[in-house]
Amino acid sequence: MEEQAVSYRSVNENPCHMCMPIGAILPFKGVERSMVLIHGSQGCSTYMRRHISEHFNEPVDVGSSSLNEKGTVYGGEANLKQGLDNLIKIYHPSLIGVLTTCLAETIGEDIDRIGQEYLRERKMDNFPLVTVPTPGYGHSHSEGFSLAVKRILARLARKSPSHGRINVLVPNISPADLREIKRLLEIMGVRYTLLPDFSETLDAPFTSPYHKIPSGGTGLNSIREMPGAIATLQMGVTLEEGFSPGKYLEEEYRVPLFNLPLPIGLENTDTFIRSLQKVTGAPVPEILLKERGRLLDAMVDAHKYNFAGRCIIFGEPELVYAMAGTCLENGVTPVAVATGGKGAKLKTLLQTLRDRYAADAPDTGNGKGVGPVFLPEADFDIMRRTARERGANLAIGHSGGKYLTEKEGIPLVRMGFPIHDRVGGQRIFSAGYAGTTVFLDRITNTLLERKLSGYRERIYRQFYRGKKYDLV
Amino acid sequence: MRAGKETGMPIAERFESIGRKGRQKKTLRCGADSLAGSVSQRACVYCGARVVLNPVTDAVHLVHGPIGCAVYTWDIRGSLSSDAELYRSSFSTDLKERDVVFGGEEKLTRAIDQLVEKYHPPVVFVYSTCIVGVIGDDLEAVCKSASRRHAIEVIPVESTGFSGNKADGYRAACDVLMRVIASGQREREEAGESGSSSRDELAINYLGDFNLAGEAWIIRDYFREIGIPVNTVFTGDSTYESIRGAGRARLNIMQCAGSMNYLAGKMEEQFGIPCLQVSFVGLTDTADSLRRVAAFLGDEKICWRAEELIARESEKVKPLIREYRRKMKGKKAAIYVGGGFKAISLVRQFGELGIDVVMVGTQTGRKEEYETLFDLASEGTVILDDANPSELEKFMVEEGADLLVGGVKERPLAYKLGVAFIDHNHDRKHPLSGFTGAVNFAGEVYTTLFSPVWKFTRGGEVWENGGYSYGRASC
Ligand code: SF4
Ligand code: SF4
Repeated sequence: MEEQAVSYRSVNENPCHMCMPIGAILPFKGVERSMVLIHGSQGCSTYMRRHISEHFNEPVDVGSSSLNEKGTVYGGEANLKQGLDNLIKIYHPSLIGVLTTCLAETIGEDIDRIGQEYLRERKMDNFPLVTVPTPGYGHSHSEGFSLAVKRILARLARKSPSHGRINVLVPNISPADLREIKRLLEIMGVRYTLLPDFSETLDAPFTSPYHKIPSGGTGLNSIREMPGAIATLQMGVTLEEGFSPGKYLEEEYRVPLFNLPLPIGLENTDTFIRSLQKVTGAPVPEILLKERGRLLDAMVDAHKYNFAGRCIIFGEPELVYAMAGTCLENGVTPVAVATGGKGAKLKTLLQTLRDRYAADAPDTGNGKGVGPVFLPEADFDIMRRTARERGANLAIGHSGGKYLTEKEGIPLVRMGFPIHDRVGGQRIFSAGYAGTTVFLDRITNTLLERKLSGYRERIYRQFYRGKKYDLV
Repeated sequence: MRAGKETGMPIAERFESIGRKGRQKKTLRCGADSLAGSVSQRACVYCGARVVLNPVTDAVHLVHGPIGCAVYTWDIRGSLSSDAELYRSSFSTDLKERDVVFGGEEKLTRAIDQLVEKYHPPVVFVYSTCIVGVIGDDLEAVCKSASRRHAIEVIPVESTGFSGNKADGYRAACDVLMRVIASGQREREEAGESGSSSRDELAINYLGDFNLAGEAWIIRDYFREIGIPVNTVFTGDSTYESIRGAGRARLNIMQCAGSMNYLAGKMEEQFGIPCLQVSFVGLTDTADSLRRVAAFLGDEKICWRAEELIARESEKVKPLIREYRRKMKGKKAAIYVGGGFKAISLVRQFGELGIDVVMVGTQTGRKEEYETLFDLASEGTVILDDANPSELEKFMVEEGADLLVGGVKERPLAYKLGVAFIDHNHDRKHPLSGFTGAVNFAGEVYTTLFSPVWKFTRGGEVWENGGYSYGRASC
């Protein structure tokens, strides 16, 4: 597969990805009664809160150690400790995550040591303080996310007697998709621990009175006992070495690890359900068979419309991979696949996918190419250029893609994080057979909208020559 | 295991930043660094600088730093442009680990070169971020040499995030603006058109309007109608050239004082341009400001035309406002916004609508502004600086606020509390300035206060479940 050469680029024009700590905040929001403190200057945490809050339409409280000039020069230990004190006073959390920023990392703050010392000083030795080194310049938010999950496990997991549950580890997906995954697990009769689970906390129902830390999230005890699970299903085929929480459980506690793609798309959902079936040994319940049948029916109904789709897909690797698969199995051609990070594994995976589906497809794009180009470390400038060159008529990804709509007239199917210019980012539903069906509808309808709006005009212009009646 | 215990009280270190009208001296602690762990709503120096400079439409805004600082500020503001669109892009040097270790100067140099070559901007603003302040890149030197190479201005913005707060960022931006103004002034002097003689006797600069949803256009139109040319707007829909020409005005009028006070002072000091504080928020303020500017310029015809405009526009909107007022009288509002100027204007504007303000706070209000707020507020009003979500929650609930005015981060909190909300931030999509804006504002207040959704959150059938109620139990 072609790959856009990213030599050492000096300037990023309109970024596609975010920095590491923002990704690390999210898993903590999916752990019961937990809070996060970011060690660094005030601005970073405020910006990240705003960014997350606008997507989920939920209050997102995140503390900052508010490093100032003095803290930067002489070390931020006092700030960090005071920050922890105050966070505890206001929120009474059961767990605190401490993340770093570029600043804290650059001045060499040792959050592990400071954290240990803090707990000792406050006589809170057993309090779960989870440190995650997340220099913004280190990796993208996707790695921040999985590293936080891994560190939560590393801090809490204990050797536990086997309890028959399975571990389900998920990447950054919408609360709606988390709920769907839980529903599938329940329908399949599987007992599980889902980590992280922000399906309730970041898409909280309206309740009264208000709670500063919304209820929900994976329970601490369930996390502690994850080493006693039969197996780990991790939706993390694109995870890089060192960022895989499932690997950690396997290496430390011998919990067998099965890496699978996100259950978005028919094949990917099949893979997920088949894995669950291996655990239970029971047949797949009727209700799921029907849902699958309905998806298939939808795929057939829409297949000709979908064939007109030439899409550019962008966002976090795991999601991008699942979306590319969904497009390919429906005849929508991904002409470019982009991610803001390095996405080394993603490239090989896409290659295999492409070979299976589109290896010898005719080039219907007027020589603009069949298979996707892969754009690692992409920004919207490169994406825009590539989309134009390869004749994309559809974009699938987060709301940054509005840029492609604005500049190139390419319609955007909103998916992933963040969604800032529409409501309901937290409710975007795409997982399982049912979710895939509505995801596919969104794609097809966007293509139809384009085809049907103005087709009379287009055809008139293209074919109608001269007067109405040649004889008059 | 849980730490701490439920108190519902703010943390002790915050007491001095919270006051109540009538119960204490008229001052608050303000302008201090945010308290660690208190979950401040404030942003950073860079944010402040970006707010002020971002509306300069034909500039390249290059953020020298890691990706986050740039991505979180990409096209998030509603400043409109009548021409160039370059300002809506977020350029970043996207510093990586090796840059942090070996320094980012070379990368920055290449970034500037590439951007200048591609976009041919008249000016490049290079924003410094936190780690740049630490790794010690010499921005000034890199910019200077780039400037020479490309024969355009490449200006570093001293916006290292940790060295103060948003207000310091305003100042950093004003320094940059001053630099541009001064260079324009110098050039005119060299061309022999210097001094007050080169000034247009009536032209004004309009400071502290970022042309959100076209607000600066609305105000410019008012002045055009009464015969006062608006020379440069700082910085809504401005360009490098327009800023360079700012020295030609006779008078500065200033709306957002928090961000522009410093620039106004500098311009008075260096070019002898006096400054008048104005406000185009609300009917009374708008009319009053137009009158004062007209009077200052001392031209009878202008004063007369101003009166005409005020009469005509007021006539148009007053019945509407009166109608809204009738509906909304007696409701209670809470205010939490960025700067003091905005807070003050809002208190007045709520007054016009018959709405009582029960809480008012800002992220970066200044001492004088808090004094004004204490003067304006009614007895018992809670006044607070650099509040956190838990304080906002506490006082909104205790004071029974029906409505909160705030920014993006405050909105979901208000909604979760079942409180109506007004977006008064930089990404708004409808104008809130001038006569038109006053009606929009009243309309928005009405829309959010009287939406039928509150009927369901406040009452009706409710199912109790383990202490929660999905909806509200007491009504
Ligand atoms: S990139 Fe670094 S400095 Fe910028 S917001 Fe992220 S953590 Fe903060
Ligand atoms: S790194 Fe500094 S400049 Fe960038 S967002 Fe954080 S506080 Fe602001």
